Amino acid sequence: MTNTSRPAPAVEALGLRRRYGPAGDRGFDAVRGLDLTVRRGELLALLGTNGAGKTSTMELLEGLAAPTAGRIRVLGLDPYRERAALRPRIGIMLQEGGFPGELTVTETGRAWAGLTTGARPVPEALELVGLHHRRHVRVKQLSGGERRRLDLAMALLGRPEVVFLDEPSTGLDPEARAATWRLVRELREQGTTVLLTTHYLEEAEELADRLAIMHHGRIVTSGTVAEVIAGHPGRIGFELPERSGRYESLALPALPGAEVTAVGRRITVRTPALQADLTTLLGWAARHRIALGGLDARSASLEEAFLAVAAEPIDTSRPAPSPIGPAR
Amino acid sequence: MTTARTTASAAPTTTTAGRLRALARAETTLLLRNRTALLTALALPLLLTGAVRGLLEQQAADHPGLDVDAALVPGVSGIVLMFVVYYNLTASYVARRGELVLKRLRTGEARDPEILVGTAVPSVLLALLLCAVLGVGAALLLDLPAPVNPPLMVLALALALALLIALAALSSAFTRTVESAGVTTLPVLLLAQFGSGLLVPLDAMPERLADLCRALPTTAAFQLLRLGWFGTTGSAPATGFLGSWGAAAPQLGLAVLWAVLAWWAARRWFRWEPRR
Repeated sequence: MTNTSRPAPAVEALGLRRRYGPAGDRGFDAVRGLDLTVRRGELLALLGTNGAGKTSTMELLEGLAAPTAGRIRVLGLDPYRERAALRPRIGIMLQEGGFPGELTVTETGRAWAGLTTGARPVPEALELVGLHHRRHVRVKQLSGGERRRLDLAMALLGRPEVVFLDEPSTGLDPEARAATWRLVRELREQGTTVLLTTHYLEEAEELADRLAIMHHGRIVTSGTVAEVIAGHPGRIGFELPERSGRYESLALPALPGAEVTAVGRRITVRTPALQADLTTLLGWAARHRIALGGLDARSASLEEAFLAVAAEPIDTSRPAPSPIGPAR
Repeated sequence: MTTARTTASAAPTTTTAGRLRALARAETTLLLRNRTALLTALALPLLLTGAVRGLLEQQAADHPGLDVDAALVPGVSGIVLMFVVYYNLTASYVARRGELVLKRLRTGEARDPEILVGTAVPSVLLALLLCAVLGVGAALLLDLPAPVNPPLMVLALALALALLIALAALSSAFTRTVESAGVTTLPVLLLAQFGSGLLVPLDAMPERLADLCRALPTTAAFQLLRLGWFGTTGSAPATGFLGSWGAAAPQLGLAVLWAVLAWWAARRWFRWEPRR
C-alpha cells in the first residue's frame, strides 16, 4: 500500500458489512465481512447464488447506501460521503431499469445527457448498444432486453473510468448478449475498469480477468478462472464389467486422496490428481484386460467449482475469511 | 482511447441549473402526457371558483364584514396549490419511486434535493400559471384593488411552494401506490382547506379555534398571500406597503419555520426506492 509506484486500485473494500432491519433475529446481514479489490483497467466478475449479497454489495460500492461497517474507496474516494465528486467519473447500471415508461428512448437519453459530465452525443450512445432505430419508441414499449441495453448506454454515456454493471445481460437474447459482451470487452481494451455481477458462468469465463464468488454475504473464492478451478477435484467416470467369471474378485487399485463412489457397476472417482489417477486406472485395466465402459475424464469446470461453493452450509459463527486484498 | 478520457475529464462538469433543467424537461414531458392530471389541474380553478364563492357568501351572511371578494382569490389559489403541487407531486414521487426512477437518478450526478425539486418544477409552473390567470381574471372581473405588497406575495408563494414540495415528499414516504395517494394526502388537504383560511376565513371562526388554525403548517404562507394583496387578512384595518411588512413579520417567521421543519422531515423519512 505504501508503494507509490503502483497506482491505487480502482475499487477497494475492506471488512464490508451491510445489515437490514433491527439488531437481533429480526434483522438480516446481507453482507458479512467482505474484502474486495478491483485493480485499474481490470474486469472483475462477481458471481454468487441468489441472495448471496451481490446487489447489496454493488449498492454499497456505488455509494447508494452507507455500509453498516467497513471502508470503501472508489478511485480513492468514499462513494457515499463523496458521491458528488465521484459520480462524474463512474457509470452505473442497476439490476432493474429505472426510466419513466412514458418517455421515448431519445428523451431518456437527452435527460441523462443533461445529468452527465462530458456526455457523448445521444445518437452515438444509442448506436453503441444498437438502439438507434428504436429512438422514437417509448420506454414502456421496449422489450426487456432493449431496456437493458438502454440502461447500459446510459451507464456509458459519460465515458466513465469505472463501470458498475449489475447483471448486464440478464433477459437478453443470444445475439444481444454477444453484442453486449463485445461492448464490455471494448471497454476493457480502452482501459475502463469494470465490475459486473452475473448469473451466467460462461459470461464470467468469457469476459473477466478475475472472478469472485460470493456466498452468504462473503467472498469465498476469487482469482482467475484457472485459479478458482484449481482447488476443485477432477472427475473420472466409467462402468465395470459384470462381477462374474474371472472378474469375480476384482478390486479397484488404491487411489490415495481420491473419493470413489459406486452406483451399481458405475464408478465415479473425484480426484485432485486427475492425470496420475487416470494413469493408474488405465494401467490397472490394461493389466487385467478390462474394458472400462463409457470412460470419461475431465478437469473441474467453473460450474463445478461454483456448485461446490453454493453447497457449503451457512456458518455464521466463523470469522470472515479474507480471500483477496490485504487483511486488516 | 486516451483521447476520449482526456475530453471526458476536460469537459465542464454539470451544474445545478443544468441538472434541474434536464430533470424539469423530462418531467414536463411526462406531465403533458398525463392527460388526467393535466385536465384535472386545468378544470380545478373553474370548478372551484363558483363553489368557493357560494360557500363564502353563506358565511358572510352570518359574519357581516367578511369580504367575500378578498377571501376568494387567495382561497382558490391556495386550493389550486394544494392539489396541483401537493397532491400531484405526492403521486409523482410515488410513481417515480415505483418505477425505480428515483433510485436510478441517484446513480447519476444530480444531488438528492435537485432530484426532488427537478421533479416538482412542472407542477409548480402549472400551479403558478393557474394562480396568475386566476388573480388577473378576478382582479379585472371583481374590480379588486391593486396588490399592496407584491414582493410579500412572491415571498408567500415561494414559502408555500417550498413547504408543499417538502410535504409531498414526506407524504410519498407513507404512500405505497399512486392509487393510495388519494387517501394518504387527504388529512393534509382537508386540514389546509378548512383550517388555513381557504374555505373558512379565520375571522369567521371562534377566536380560540382561529388561533389554533393559525399554527397549522400551511396557514402562515396562505395568510401572507392575502396580506400581501389586501394589506389585511380579515377584519383588521388594511395596511400600506410598509405597514404590511410589520403585520407579516410573525407569520413570515412561522412560515419559514414550517418550511424548514418540513424539509428536515422529508429528508429524514423520504424513501428513494420501494420497500422490498
